Amino acid sequence: MGPDVLPAAGARSARDKAMGMREAIASFVYDGDTVCLEGFTHLIPTAAGHEIIRQRRRGLTVVRMTADIVVDQMLAGGCVSKLVSSFVGNSSAGSLGELRRRIERGVPEPLEFEEYSHYGMVCRYLAGAQRLPFYPLRSYAGSDLPSVNPALRTVTSPYAGPDGEPERVYVVPPVNPDVTIVHAQRADRSGNTQVWGLTGVQAEAVFAARRAVVVVEEIVSDDVIRSDPNRTVIPAHAVDAVVECPRGAHPSFAQGYYDRDNAFYRAWSHISKDPVRLRDWMAEWIHGTGDHTEYLARLRGEFDSRLAVGEALSLPVNYGRRL
Amino acid sequence: MNASAEEAAAASTTSSELLAVVASRELAGRRTVFAGIGLPTLAASLAHLTVAPTLEIVYESGVCGAHPSHLPETIADAVLITDAEAVLSMPALFGYVLQGGHIDVGFLGAAQVDRWGNLNSSVIGEWDHPKVRLPGSGGAMEVMANAGEVFVVMRRHEPRSLPERLDFCTSPGPDRALAEGIRPLGAGVTRVITDLGVLARQGPGEELRLVAVHPGVTVGQVRAATGWDLRVAPDLGTVPPPTEDELRMLRRDVDPGRVYLR
Repeated sequence: MGPDVLPAAGARSARDKAMGMREAIASFVYDGDTVCLEGFTHLIPTAAGHEIIRQRRRGLTVVRMTADIVVDQMLAGGCVSKLVSSFVGNSSAGSLGELRRRIERGVPEPLEFEEYSHYGMVCRYLAGAQRLPFYPLRSYAGSDLPSVNPALRTVTSPYAGPDGEPERVYVVPPVNPDVTIVHAQRADRSGNTQVWGLTGVQAEAVFAARRAVVVVEEIVSDDVIRSDPNRTVIPAHAVDAVVECPRGAHPSFAQGYYDRDNAFYRAWSHISKDPVRLRDWMAEWIHGTGDHTEYLARLRGEFDSRLAVGEALSLPVNYGRRL
Repeated sequence: MNASAEEAAAASTTSSELLAVVASRELAGRRTVFAGIGLPTLAASLAHLTVAPTLEIVYESGVCGAHPSHLPETIADAVLITDAEAVLSMPALFGYVLQGGHIDVGFLGAAQVDRWGNLNSSVIGEWDHPKVRLPGSGGAMEVMANAGEVFVVMRRHEPRSLPERLDFCTSPGPDRALAEGIRPLGAGVTRVITDLGVLARQGPGEELRLVAVHPGVTVGQVRAATGWDLRVAPDLGTVPPPTEDELRMLRRDVDPGRVYLR
């Protein structure tokens, strides 16, 4: 049977969901929302964060395992009232100035902070994606974290453990963001999204959410996606909008497209440490740019020189075809 | 190598080089190490060239069996992915590899370590109103609970880094977990490598003891730099200084750009 004999899986998955970044943020991110941005060092949806700042969203709860530069920028943009995270630092390159001012001194205003460990966050996405009431893990016993985060609780297993006694284990609650935004290498117009390299927790974060926006380096034809279906990490039915935004993960990287801007990570510790310098940076690079294309124009030739990567192609696999 | 060349090499050794070399030796005979970026990466990479040629380095980003063309600048550096043996998702990495018990040694840094090997990487001061907000757990809590044992590297051995009482316990050793009636998979911290020497413990119920000092360092110096009444092993040793070979490999092969060798 040929591939086009059967009807498409459903109107929702086949729909053309491609739109611009401005329209996607305007349509899917509202004041007061719980917004999840995922991407573990790789494929961080920075351009989407910048557009949220430009559109001046307020009162957001941001959910992100590694709250790094894009979160510091959204804090500086005044968008965020609560953060849910398991790592609040500028990678190994230093500190997040705005985040530290908000948490250490409540300046310019306090930040509500709900803290987890990395696997605790992963388990919250897993529970959220599966609509489960909680998810167990072997962390937190003896830690001070449960004393400052009442969401960390224990349950007793209904089954006997290795020593014949029921085991007590810590659990985390599900997270179901109003919207999850992820960045990926490519997708088709209906949202079948392909990621390679570090795949992180993007699929879980998308399935946990009520709405999902996928930002990609390039929108490709169905044929490209269907030539390698195992590389599809997020299927179209989980996606509401597809935004083509090349280099939208800067200063993070996109495997096979461009490298991480390590110099920018190091610079951020200095930029964000000084509130005046940070305000000027935000004015120039985010509020002073209409969109990501203008942001990239300010970076000038950086992508063609410093951040360019060479080729390392995978060998094709044979999916086979019935004769 | 003659004695004077050895002395000359040791004399020019930086603190980072010393810690990386000593930590690398501790990895002899280990199969899998979960290494963060910085000194742990240096130590694991050097061990790969010296005492543990079959060592597999697993990175928190999900990379297993990395063969990087350049020294990675982060645990998720693109050079770790290209040519790697496997790249796993976060649920697979934390759930199956780490919680499933596949890691022999976890390598952690921390702002503070106490005598039981509990770690603080969250705050200096109160959690609600911290003097300094540090990054937090990341995956450290999971490494502590699930790796067979944990090595800790402390750049500066001083009372505020090795205090009597932690400001906050981020990653608890097994004794604190057991007090809650929950038994973790691993032994917790078994080695603390500092700029003054090496502290060690076997596992639950034991506190860290000074087992070796660097040449020229006295027991009194180490005890004065420790926030608790540090016990000293009866067979206290001296850490052999880095050899010319170790330093050459570290400088020429592992970190020629001196990304971490500050």
